[in-house]
Amino acid sequence: MRHEVRFSGFGGQGIILSAVILGRAAVMYDGNYAVQTQVYGPEARGGASMSAVIIDDEPILYPKVTEPDIFVIMSQEGYEKYGVHARNDAVMVLDSSLVHSRPGCRYIEIPATREAKQTLGRDIVANIIMLGALVKTTRVVREEAIEKAILDSVPKGTESLNLKAMKLGFELAEKGMIQ
Amino acid sequence: MQGNTACAEGALAAGCRFFGGYPITPSTEIAEHMAAKLPKVGGVFIQMEDEIAGIASVIGASWTGARAMTATSGPGFSLMMENIGFAVMTETPCVLVNIQRGGPSTGQPTMSAQADMLQCRFGSHGDYSIIALSPASVQEMFELTVKAFNLAERFRVPAFLMADEIIGHMRERIEIPDSVPREERKPLTAGALPFRAGEDMIPGFPQFGKGYGVHVTGLTHDERGYPCATSPSLHEDLVKRLVAKVESARHDIADYRVANPDAEVVFITYGSPARTVEQVLHDNPDERIGHLRFRLVWPFSEKALEEFPDAKVFLVPEQNLGQMAREIERHTCIPVVPLPRFGGALHTPAELKKAVEAWR
Repeated sequence: MRHEVRFSGFGGQGIILSAVILGRAAVMYDGNYAVQTQVYGPEARGGASMSAVIIDDEPILYPKVTEPDIFVIMSQEGYEKYGVHARNDAVMVLDSSLVHSRPGCRYIEIPATREAKQTLGRDIVANIIMLGALVKTTRVVREEAIEKAILDSVPKGTESLNLKAMKLGFELAEKGMIQ
Repeated sequence: MQGNTACAEGALAAGCRFFGGYPITPSTEIAEHMAAKLPKVGGVFIQMEDEIAGIASVIGASWTGARAMTATSGPGFSLMMENIGFAVMTETPCVLVNIQRGGPSTGQPTMSAQADMLQCRFGSHGDYSIIALSPASVQEMFELTVKAFNLAERFRVPAFLMADEIIGHMRERIEIPDSVPREERKPLTAGALPFRAGEDMIPGFPQFGKGYGVHVTGLTHDERGYPCATSPSLHEDLVKRLVAKVESARHDIADYRVANPDAEVVFITYGSPARTVEQVLHDNPDERIGHLRFRLVWPFSEKALEEFPDAKVFLVPEQNLGQMAREIERHTCIPVVPLPRFGGALHTPAELKKAVEAWR
């Protein structure tokens, strides 16, 4: 079953890292195939950033996403650039602290950036909250798989902060409503 | 694993112990990985002041016997051109990786292109020949880097890994073998002249530090290596040998993949557009669409085209305005249709399916 997941936001939020972690979970811990690609600008921070992961149980030939069925959107600009044309049966996980528009497809509001700041004291882990919410909402990889992939990928000393963020993402998705 | 990391891992597995270069998007991860790993295996990583010095340091390292490489992209590649000619003239084995991005000039640093395919073949002045490989997956970033080292050593020539940003920055599953094939450069027989070649046209290598007294020059030189830049026949013999040692091997070292050889409509690809064509073939199994995918692009093996005896048209999707299409056109009488797609985007399967239908 092929899934195409698109992440968008701005440089510095960890948009590309989120996709890397998700792809790693699918390949290393769920035994599937995955291809991760990205589009970013020359700026180090602040420019629009997009990354994508294709997950499949068969080898992946065409490596780019064409019509994603899953979106993770973390900025208004990212929504306008990549989220507006989402197909009707797609699912969108929105950072409701930063994205004001709402799509025609199903979506779930996750106030990740606000919660990262207020509950965890570090807005840098907003992307991990979004990853947790994504996995809880779509089951695109197993929860154990995303946990292991997060631990592989984050800097030493930040493991417990990131796991807290992931679990907060699980909770927010459970409490949230898919609209 | 990321394509660029796989390239660096391939280089290490192939025995590369020297990297000299200057970081540039979208190739930087190769330098980063080599900087982290080379000191741990007794190798040397040097960040030079620019790409001109980068390739110069690689040539010097190679003469000490090291397997040496650099990695760059468009603007850095342009700066390397003069010393690439020096490596050709001095028959210095070395590997150059170009993770191609949009040009000309600074262009699109973070976006994919395949627009340096002719530059890698013809970019330095004078007549010469080189070897170039183009990977279409992260697995091939590893495998073809290994192959580039072996071919460079065997032919004493610069070998290029001409990848594109999509493959360089893509992450996907890879299997790293326990060991890789390894070809050594042929040593110079004691007492033999350092630039005298036998039937294979490749002279033995007089490694620095092994007791040879050798003059290495970019000037036209005789078999002793001494400059002799005014003899028409000596220059002709030398240049013809430098070209022939690579070109005469083009069918032996040919490396390509064939799908549906009985097809009438045939795609020819290298690098990331191959992935789109594979998708089109997968989605249309009954349509007998052919696919010839070059893993080794230069020297161009025109015999590969004969794998498709029923072909009525060759469709050539490239991330440029038709660079390899021009080469293919030289070797066939049937129509060769360039399908350019650039600005960083990859051809979509729908787009290429449409191109097939136009020829039905």
